[in-house]
Amino acid sequence: MGDWNTVTVPVLSSDSKNIFQYTSGKKLSPPNMNSQVLRLPLPSSKSMHSFFSAFCTEENIEQSISYLNRELTTLGFPSIYAESKGKELNLISIINCMNELLVLQHKNLRAQEEVEMQHLKLGSDMDHLQNCYAKLKEQLELSKREIVGLQERDRQLQSKNRNLHQLLKNEKDEVQKLQNIISSRATQYNHDMKRKEREYNKLKERLHQLVMNKKDKKIAMEVLNYVGRADGKRGAWRTDKTEARNEEEMYKVLLSDYEQRQNQLLVENAELKKVLQQMKKEIISLLPPQKQKPKERSEDGPVLSDLEEDIGELNKENMWELSCETVREQLTNSIRKQWRMLKNHVEKLDNQVSRVHSEALNEKDVISREDHELETEKLELEIQQCKEMIKTQQQLLQQLMSPCDDDTTLLLQDCYLLEERERLQEEWRLFREQKKNFEKERRSFTEAAIRLGLERKAFEEDRGAWLKQQFLSMSTDYKHSENVTTPSAFLGSSDQDNRLVKSASQQRKPHCKLSGPVSAEPRQTSQYITRNSSSAASKKPAGDSKPNQWVESDKEETE
Amino acid sequence: MNFSELFKLSGLLGRFSPDGRCLASCVQYRLVVRDVSTLQILQLYTCLDQIQYIEWSSDSLFVLCAMYKRGIVQVWSLEQPDWHCKIDEGSAGLVASCWSPDGRHILNTTEFHLRITVWSLCTKSVSYIKYPKACQQGIAFTKDGRYMAVAERRDCKDFISIFVCSDWQLLRHFDTETQDLFGIEWAPNSCVLAVWDTCLEYKILLYSLDGRLLSTYRAYEWSLGIKSIAWSPSSQFLAIGSYDEKVRILNHVTWKKVTEFEHPATIANTKTIVYKEVEKSPSVETERLSFPPTRALASSLFSTQSKYDISQVPVSLQYIKPVADRANPKMGIGMLAFSPDNCFLATKNDNIPNAVWIWDIQKLKLFVVLEQLCAIQSFQWDPRQPRLAVCTGNSKVYLWSPAGCVSVQVPVEGDFQIVSLSWHSSGDSMALLSKDSFCVCYLEREEV
Repeated sequence: MGDWNTVTVPVLSSDSKNIFQYTSGKKLSPPNMNSQVLRLPLPSSKSMHSFFSAFCTEENIEQSISYLNRELTTLGFPSIYAESKGKELNLISIINCMNELLVLQHKNLRAQEEVEMQHLKLGSDMDHLQNCYAKLKEQLELSKREIVGLQERDRQLQSKNRNLHQLLKNEKDEVQKLQNIISSRATQYNHDMKRKEREYNKLKERLHQLVMNKKDKKIAMEVLNYVGRADGKRGAWRTDKTEARNEEEMYKVLLSDYEQRQNQLLVENAELKKVLQQMKKEIISLLPPQKQKPKERSEDGPVLSDLEEDIGELNKENMWELSCETVREQLTNSIRKQWRMLKNHVEKLDNQVSRVHSEALNEKDVISREDHELETEKLELEIQQCKEMIKTQQQLLQQLMSPCDDDTTLLLQDCYLLEERERLQEEWRLFREQKKNFEKERRSFTEAAIRLGLERKAFEEDRGAWLKQQFLSMSTDYKHSENVTTPSAFLGSSDQDNRLVKSASQQRKPHCKLSGPVSAEPRQTSQYITRNSSSAASKKPAGDSKPNQWVESDKEETE
Repeated sequence: MNFSELFKLSGLLGRFSPDGRCLASCVQYRLVVRDVSTLQILQLYTCLDQIQYIEWSSDSLFVLCAMYKRGIVQVWSLEQPDWHCKIDEGSAGLVASCWSPDGRHILNTTEFHLRITVWSLCTKSVSYIKYPKACQQGIAFTKDGRYMAVAERRDCKDFISIFVCSDWQLLRHFDTETQDLFGIEWAPNSCVLAVWDTCLEYKILLYSLDGRLLSTYRAYEWSLGIKSIAWSPSSQFLAIGSYDEKVRILNHVTWKKVTEFEHPATIANTKTIVYKEVEKSPSVETERLSFPPTRALASSLFSTQSKYDISQVPVSLQYIKPVADRANPKMGIGMLAFSPDNCFLATKNDNIPNAVWIWDIQKLKLFVVLEQLCAIQSFQWDPRQPRLAVCTGNSKVYLWSPAGCVSVQVPVEGDFQIVSLSWHSSGDSMALLSKDSFCVCYLEREEV
């Protein structure tokens, strides 16, 4: 331990950065404390060691301890000596003091941190404020400049306005001047014209005099004979009477014209009055009944009663068709009042409607309108659908009804033809089969018939032989009786022979008939017969006719 | 429609007689009177000089032929072809001549409008009217023929004198508030006389028969004013056509403007029907061509057929702005005519010379516009029904009625440029006049 030098204070001050005023803390500052406290930067371990070694060395331990004790006691800490004098150190009090010092140190550090924070904040606030200040200054400058510019423009526009006004005035003045010029020129021209006209008149007078003086014999009328007046009357002298008559006639003409016009106007007036009356009645009927709501229309109350009186009066009076001023005014006034009332009423209704639109208070109305809209939409959709349906149906109808192009018709016809052809082919097949069957049957029948015929022949021969035997036997028995029965038998046999012959011949007939003419045409399927099937058709009737005729022959045989 | 053949004509002088039985036409110095239905020549008269004007008397018994160069008026009688009458104005000269409504007096206006001489065919009396005004329509007779209004000018002021036609007594004489009277016209009801000023002033004055001023109407100042006017047949409306391309309608009760009809170059209203004449070239059937070509075939090959198409609104019409430094410019409403049933008004805007505008008077709206290929020369309403005949200087006549409109080619050989037309009083036939010929067109009752 050596002497700790007080020079460490400036060394420490070089390390420190900030100098603060120490103000807070609990265990504080005895009044004789220095106001300035040096901030101790968190020292590195090296400097710490060097610092510690600088303060206390092996030589000055006692002094450093007594110094520390003095300092601590002045700071308010308990002494670090075990007793008031002596050199034994109270370890506990030292540790406590150290602890207290550390705690104090921590507090001081925290306080420092807080102060630093505040310092930073205040610094940033100041920066911000300075920036704002700068910006506002700029804005102020800008707006000042703008104002100046606008003022300048305003001045320019005003001067322009003034110029235009001036121009307008000038133009007006010019127009006025030109008009004045025109009028002065016109008067000048008129004056000149009049002068020239007077001269002209003088010339005309002179000329007239000369013409009349010459007493031109040429100025005359040559006429073969005078013609009678158009109305057949004779010419009359002009007298005052005639003058008066003429005046009278003229006034008559004028009066009749005025009377006519007045009549027309009266008729028009009467019509218009009727129309006004009608309008008034209709307006009154349009207005809502006013007796039910006296409160709303209290203002119109007295007017109403007057009006009603007026109406009554007017109705009475108009029946007499008076047309004096007062009645006319009354009528027009009453109509005006009614019209105003109707207008107010309509305006009120309009306001109501608009209120409903904006507020939608009355739910019923709103809903009903919504419903109405929905319904209208539905109806519109329905209408659309129906229209589409109608369109499609129309198209289909058209397709069916209208004659299509030739190609399609041909195609269609060909389809039909194909169908028919197939059907016909089937039918031919059937017929052919039937024909074959019939052929077979016919053959079998013929064979059967032949067999039958042979059998019959044989039977007849047998019968004949047997009858012969019988006859012989009978004739031997009854030689003297020549029976009549045999002739019948004989006849019968001859008949049978004949029949046989007949059947034989009949057997031949169907053969002939088979090859007969094919004239009969069954009309069962003739609708769709085409050229292709004509040959088939020709075969058909033959086939049809065969069984018929064969049946006939059968019938004949069985007779 | 049947067309007669072409007959010679000079000076556009072809007139039907008021009773509708005859048609008078002039060829140089000859007056030819034909029967209307057969067009056979009934009478042929020869005058002393080239005829400049003819007029039938109101009872269709006499025709006057005026020869201005010689200052002679010759009157011919239909009943007695031998009867002759010649009025010689001598050195006084002749500028205009007309009949009085009773058909027995002839009013001759001498040169320089020195005086109007009233010659009587019944008596030897002669009357003079002094200081007549030298204007377009200086004499106006009422429809019933009772009164005659004459415009006069004394001491640089305009006056109107009303005479009774039966005895030529002066009824009224009053001055008018016009700068320079341009024309006078009686209303069909004979009670109102419309007097209008020169085109430098838009002013129209309405006077009653007894000379009282009923009303004055001025639409605007300084611009060119009234160009033409027309009374409606019922005297209800007075249509005034002016140089600003508008027609203003006044009503007879208040004499105030009822409405204005504008004639813009673009028609935008969808309710207006626009008929546009289009040419369709005739189809030639090559099988039918024969050599040498027949006359009818030749004319039909070279004549272009035309028909009417309905154009879709909006339609823009051909607008012509006239030269600004000429007097009496071709602008404004130059032609106005009411239909006889008072339902339609036909107008022509001279700025749009190819179109006829037909207005519905009951609705006071534009009803139909007929757009032609050439400029309209003249149009006239059928005196019996609302049917309008239009001619544009080619050989077609166009007819419009509310049922539709049709363009008919007159089947004549050679050039026939119809410049004027006039209806027969019965509405069954029409005379189509060109510079040197005319033809009569007969219409069937059911047509158009």
